[in-house]
Amino acid sequence: MVNTLERHRDGREWLASTLVWIAAALVTATFCWLLGDILWHGLSHISWTFLTAPPQNAGREGGIGPILVSTALILGVCLGVSVPIGVGTAILLAEFTTDANLFGRLTRRSLDVLSGVPSIVLGLFGNAFFCKTLGLGFSILSGGLTLACMVLPVLIRSTEEGFRAVPTGYRLSAAALGLSRTTTLVHLLLPAAVPGLLVGLVLGVGRAMAETAALIFTSGYVDRMPESLLDSGRALSLHIFDLSMNVPGGDANAYASALVLVVLLFAINGTASWLAGHWLHRRIVTI
Amino acid sequence: MKPSTSTPDTQPWFPLEERPICCVPKPFIEVEQLSLHYGQTRAFHDVTLAINQGCITALVGPSGCGKTSFLSSLNRLTDLIPGCRLSGRIRLDGLDVLAPQTDVIHLRRRVGMIFQKPNPFPLSIRKNLEFPLREHGLRDRERLSSTIETGLRDVGLWDEVKDRLDSPALALSGGQQQRLCIARALVLSPDVLLMDEPCSALDPLSSGVVEDLIVGLRGRYTVLIVTHNLAQARRIADYAALFWVQNGAGELIEAGTAKQIFENSREPLTAAYVSGMRG
Amino acid sequence: MTLSSSNTLSRWPTDRLLLWLLRGAAAIAGAIVLLIVAFLVMEALPVLRHVGVARFFTDPSWHPAEGLYNLTPMLWGTLFAMVGSVLIATPLGILSAVFCHYYAPPVVTRPYRKLIELLAGIPSVVYGFWGLVVLVPLIGSIHPPGPSLLAGIVILAIMILPTIALMADASLANMPPQYMRGAAALGLSRWATIRGVVFPAAKSGLFTGVILGTGRAIGETMAILMVCGNVVQTPHSLFDPMRTLTANIALEMAYALGDHRAALFVSGLVLMGMIVALVGAADWISRGRIYG
Repeated sequence: MVNTLERHRDGREWLASTLVWIAAALVTATFCWLLGDILWHGLSHISWTFLTAPPQNAGREGGIGPILVSTALILGVCLGVSVPIGVGTAILLAEFTTDANLFGRLTRRSLDVLSGVPSIVLGLFGNAFFCKTLGLGFSILSGGLTLACMVLPVLIRSTEEGFRAVPTGYRLSAAALGLSRTTTLVHLLLPAAVPGLLVGLVLGVGRAMAETAALIFTSGYVDRMPESLLDSGRALSLHIFDLSMNVPGGDANAYASALVLVVLLFAINGTASWLAGHWLHRRIVTI
Repeated sequence: MKPSTSTPDTQPWFPLEERPICCVPKPFIEVEQLSLHYGQTRAFHDVTLAINQGCITALVGPSGCGKTSFLSSLNRLTDLIPGCRLSGRIRLDGLDVLAPQTDVIHLRRRVGMIFQKPNPFPLSIRKNLEFPLREHGLRDRERLSSTIETGLRDVGLWDEVKDRLDSPALALSGGQQQRLCIARALVLSPDVLLMDEPCSALDPLSSGVVEDLIVGLRGRYTVLIVTHNLAQARRIADYAALFWVQNGAGELIEAGTAKQIFENSREPLTAAYVSGMRG
Repeated sequence: MTLSSSNTLSRWPTDRLLLWLLRGAAAIAGAIVLLIVAFLVMEALPVLRHVGVARFFTDPSWHPAEGLYNLTPMLWGTLFAMVGSVLIATPLGILSAVFCHYYAPPVVTRPYRKLIELLAGIPSVVYGFWGLVVLVPLIGSIHPPGPSLLAGIVILAIMILPTIALMADASLANMPPQYMRGAAALGLSRWATIRGVVFPAAKSGLFTGVILGTGRAIGETMAILMVCGNVVQTPHSLFDPMRTLTANIALEMAYALGDHRAALFVSGLVLMGMIVALVGAADWISRGRIYG
């Protein structure tokens, strides 16, 4: 009886183990297939010229220079708007509101809902609000502002975490010394919470760069070098989309652009991970 | 019981009668020159001890002497710690515990363990007891419920929880949770119960209840209990063993009957410890 | 910890100013969602007034040029793609996390986790592109045409798997070690412990991961747009091309005017409604579980 029981148990264990390994193998294989494919087809087209020259022949030839510039500008607008608002909100939520505070709770709920809004719906909103109502038209400014809406929840959550990680002792000692809240914030808490902020920033940048749907109807399709923030500009992700769907024969450059985007994003996410692990950990230990 | 006159200023010690009264002493677990290494450090070194069947053996000594590690090596829970190495021999009722071919799951059915902090599973009270039983082969519904009832009666919990067997175990008080954990170990009908300071995380009232329970186990189970509480050890132990840190690792200083350790110790260190002058 | 009683602030004028600045920032952040809903409704109102809500589900088809606004083929597309991808990604994701914590040899754990994190960082347009040039021809060779519901389900599953896996991984990492020790001491085998102790203990985190993944599946636009074929029809087989609500908006917004444009905003509202319903359902289910 003990033997059948043990065989039974061993059989179940073996089955479970096999399924788990198969799942892991499937995931790994898919990943390798995908990345390998992009690397294989894209690497041969990457060159300094590719990264700096303007696209020609609807993008089939030439490079992605203006596109990278547009992407950077859109990102700049996005961060320039979302960082002040985001950090301010995070500070309020972390330092100046208690759990029972109605304003705090409403803001948090609202941000939670915002983080769930599909990106295409944000694009619709951006189109209606920034492009039409505010009259900005298809422009880098519209695109950046729309992305700022998308990036805010991530930024706020991460910065808030950064503030919560600062030990209570700091605030208590500062208050005991008679320092104003502003001084405490600017000189003590903000520097200590910078890791959380940076992580949020980097994550936000990553999210913004990966975004396409929110930009289609806000920043436009134009692939020339933009001259001002009110010019239309094409982001890298949009360029890949256009080349693969609308331009026959654009696959080669699409692969190369995709490789550039993926590498950039890996670098960004890697930095965020490293910051979160290394810096935050060190901060907590050294206190 | 008349209080001893040897230490007039401290609390009265109850005289230790010649224990054990349960049986003819017969070693059930034999440990020979057991050492535990975590990477480069040694938790304990060269411990040789015999644990007698059906009796309560207390492991005493200050913190950090390897008592808990020693306990964990008896049911090979040390296997879970990466980098942990055991050398020496442990024989449990003739079975070589440390041999690679020993079925660890079977071993852990025979040797139950109670931890310092009660750790019932995040399941209902019934499931906490039913799940391990099912895993070890008992599937019949009627036998399951009667085994569960017996287990809960044995630990004195039946009357307290019989109406809410399906409510979460984590909603019980600390003392009840610990008794549930003891029941969970007892329903598997182990031969040995290892207890790592089972009362230290409990309030005094619950602590007393659990202690009475442990005393009631004498004779049916071989109990090994690690405790910091010397008074508790005096109250319940048949045998005792003193661990101490020497040369950077835990070592067994002295082992023997409770009477010997607490009243007529051979080692000066033992006498110093039990009288409260050291540690 | 907050020290927000008013008497600590009254001494310092800068503090007062700071507080109002911060409140302003938070008000802006909090108002965005309200603005979004407001503008969606504003833009959608014209067509809702001319055409009425019922026709969005009862018209013979989606043909805005002829004044037909039935959203149901796209709704089915969204639903099928979501259900299919969640059914595939959930077991794979959870088993991946289980693999990382309980089955992988230590040398494999970190690279595998890194791999999942990298997968999470790949943008949807790249997934869509790969699906378009690799997966769609592959499916096309088995059963023409290539662009299909199946392609959408597979790509979506690959996309939401990292979300589910990473949330599951985080929950498993937070597993109190005393459960594992207690289970080991009772002689429970590895899978028995995982099945009977770990999953019940981690269920809220696992559930959250699945909800997040489902939300992502509903809202995904680019990848679906690139691999599903964009034919307005209710898919009757896995190999039928179809169009989701999201893809619909993306495709037609560029040239939509008047009622057509307003109708697209209506579908935007429907999407928002689906997400709200999802979060509400998740809340309700998890509340039941916590008490139960």
